[in-house]
Amino acid sequence: MRGADALMEALVHEGVEHIFGIPGGANLPTYDALVDADLRHIQARHEQAAGHAAEGYAHASGRTGVAFGTSGPGATNLVTAIADAMMDSIPTVFVTGQVRSDLIGTDGFQEADIVGITLPIVKHSALVTEASQIPEYIHHAFRIASTGRPGPVLVDIPSDLIREEISYTPPTELVELPGYRPIVEGNAKQIRLAAKALANARRPILYTGGGVIHADAATELREFAMSDRFPVTSTLMGLGAFPSDSDQWLGMLGMHGTRAANYAMDEADLIVAIGARFDDRITGKLSEFAPNAKIIHIDIDPAEISKNVPAHIPIVGDAKLILPKLTGEYRALQTEQERLDGWWSRIRGWQEEYPLTYEPGSDGEIKPQFMIEMLHKVTEGDAFVTSDVGQHQMWVAQYYGFNEPHRWINSGGLGTMGFGLPSAIGAKVACPGEEVVCVAGDGSLIMNVQELATAVTEDIPVKVFLMNNGFMGMVRQWQELFWDGRYSGVDNGTSPDWAKLAEAFGAKGLRCDDEADLEEMMRATLDHDGTALLDVRVSPLENCYPMIPAGNAARDMVG
Amino acid sequence: MGSPEMVRLEDLRTGRSLTGRKHVLSILVENRPGVLARVAGLFSRRGFNIDTLAVGPTDDPEVSRITLTLDGAVHPIDQVTKQLHKLINVLKIRDMEPDLTVARELALFKVSAAVESRAEIVQFAEIFRAKIVDVSRRALIIEVTGSYDKIEAFEQMLRPHGLLEMVRTGEVALSRGE
Ligand SMILES: Cc1ncc(C[n+]2csc(CCOP(=O)(O)OP(=O)(O)O)c2C)c(N)n1
Ligand SMILES: [Mg+2]
Repeated sequence: MRGADALMEALVHEGVEHIFGIPGGANLPTYDALVDADLRHIQARHEQAAGHAAEGYAHASGRTGVAFGTSGPGATNLVTAIADAMMDSIPTVFVTGQVRSDLIGTDGFQEADIVGITLPIVKHSALVTEASQIPEYIHHAFRIASTGRPGPVLVDIPSDLIREEISYTPPTELVELPGYRPIVEGNAKQIRLAAKALANARRPILYTGGGVIHADAATELREFAMSDRFPVTSTLMGLGAFPSDSDQWLGMLGMHGTRAANYAMDEADLIVAIGARFDDRITGKLSEFAPNAKIIHIDIDPAEISKNVPAHIPIVGDAKLILPKLTGEYRALQTEQERLDGWWSRIRGWQEEYPLTYEPGSDGEIKPQFMIEMLHKVTEGDAFVTSDVGQHQMWVAQYYGFNEPHRWINSGGLGTMGFGLPSAIGAKVACPGEEVVCVAGDGSLIMNVQELATAVTEDIPVKVFLMNNGFMGMVRQWQELFWDGRYSGVDNGTSPDWAKLAEAFGAKGLRCDDEADLEEMMRATLDHDGTALLDVRVSPLENCYPMIPAGNAARDMVG
Repeated sequence: MGSPEMVRLEDLRTGRSLTGRKHVLSILVENRPGVLARVAGLFSRRGFNIDTLAVGPTDDPEVSRITLTLDGAVHPIDQVTKQLHKLINVLKIRDMEPDLTVARELALFKVSAAVESRAEIVQFAEIFRAKIVDVSRRALIIEVTGSYDKIEAFEQMLRPHGLLEMVRTGEVALSRGE
């Protein structure tokens, strides 16, 4: 068979059903093989969006997302999505066409050294140099992308090699990768030590991250947290792993986290970090981060442990395996319940004194926070929600209230504007029976708005709720607060007319500028049988609070 | 580990991150195109400074060895090795124990040696067990092998005599015994 047919067979063998991409000269053979393959190809309108769709697919389902691009610009257009997947550890496989092998290095037409370009932003990558490597590298790619700490893997295939005849039978056993052995078990002694430390903690807190969701360990986390009354907070990426309606939930921590969560980290005597990486948006000023705390750090990536904050009890491995053991060890110690009473009364004090609030709108003004609360209401808190990057993203994180993992899909590490719509398309493809909504920003949406064409043409009905403040809101907020209100490059003006734009793409377009109409219009958007966009005109100058100004400590929160 | 009372939070300690000494890392990697770029790229991206780097084949044609030295006073070696381990083509990393390691470097020095000062230079070379490998009318090339420090010392001796050019390979190292 041709290399291209082997590629298809290898993908099918890996369980792939959907691929997002755009063809071109160098991957024509791939697209020819697609015609007969048992795979659905979703033709994106920009490779960046194909990549984000693959990410959204992976976020929503936990399965590896796949995107195709041709050589040169097709491949370079994928770069942002690859970087995004790297930062948020999203299992993805990118397959790019490359110029003929005899042209490599000659600056041939549409040649770009995509393996070189992406070296720092992939978990792994490979340039195929012999046709027989095509299926082999694909199998490696899936293994590497989806196990250990997940991430993007790129396979670059020259157009001559993919036409060559090769023989291929799918492997029956896992392929050997001598340099790749993720540690999963978790050291039993360390786990016991952690349980004992917890038993002696007076002010413990669980700080969880996206790793819990990647590990599919939400249930295990809940059992562990409830083995005592441990307070739980999470990063932006970890929301949903622990239910926001639990009374042990403190809300998100970090730059736009709750005071209760940030103050509790500040005063904790023991922090249990699980699948979280002490990013600067969490720690604020590193030298003043959690000054009183000892750290138990559970992570599948040993390099994360003690990278930013030194750990006292490191535990390397898979949270899904470690948490039940830790729960067992902890229960066996039979600690007394009252031990945490004092800590809880302190936390309750903060929660009462500093709840998340905002000034309600007057005269029909739609407050952005209200918009998110209303979205929660009309979706019964049960939708898959994607977002772009900016204030609206933070407001979703603060106000939507996620109770289940995988339902909150956003770009945390890289902070990629334009992520929301394509990732919603990917999520909807992965979970067609679920309601998938994208909370978009007006600055962000236009960066990938062409994907409305994909949603309409491919019949992937997603609902876009545009939080339209007319500004690059988050940047405007920083200019207002930290740059003397000297606005520069943040006014989006009144273009486009979003409802008309949606209609031009063949979607339904609606617009709402009165709070009184919001619920009804949101319901109409959800009820529409197909892709729809609701342009919600929110308060233009609202700021997102509370906030730890960059480089400050948690106790210096403002707003 | 005894009863819960025996793990007091105040007794918990973190590992030491800076060792304060030079480290020689011996890294076995798959012999494939682009592997050195991955290793070098990792160092530059993470802001780790390599002092010396040497790459060459091993007894196994599928495997190459990268020997590099870096300063444990500025870089957390533990973090460096953990990041290196994440590269799929990296097979094995050894942080060489100074007392159990034989480390050598080769250097070539070109000195402008007027006939009058040649005798002195030849004498230095003898002391350092260096070899004069090329002689021309105006210059000598001297080859010296040894530890990093020995080559440093030799360089100091030569400098006043008109050092024209030098090249050093970077240390390579093996651990003693089997
Ligand atoms: C691709 C990209 N370019 C620039 C930025 C910097 N940036 C962060 S938030 C933001 C404004 C986003 O505006 P909008 O989408 O309208 O969201 P809002 O903050 O108004 O809710 C910008 C420009 C970014 N995160 N991503
Ligand atoms: Mg905006």
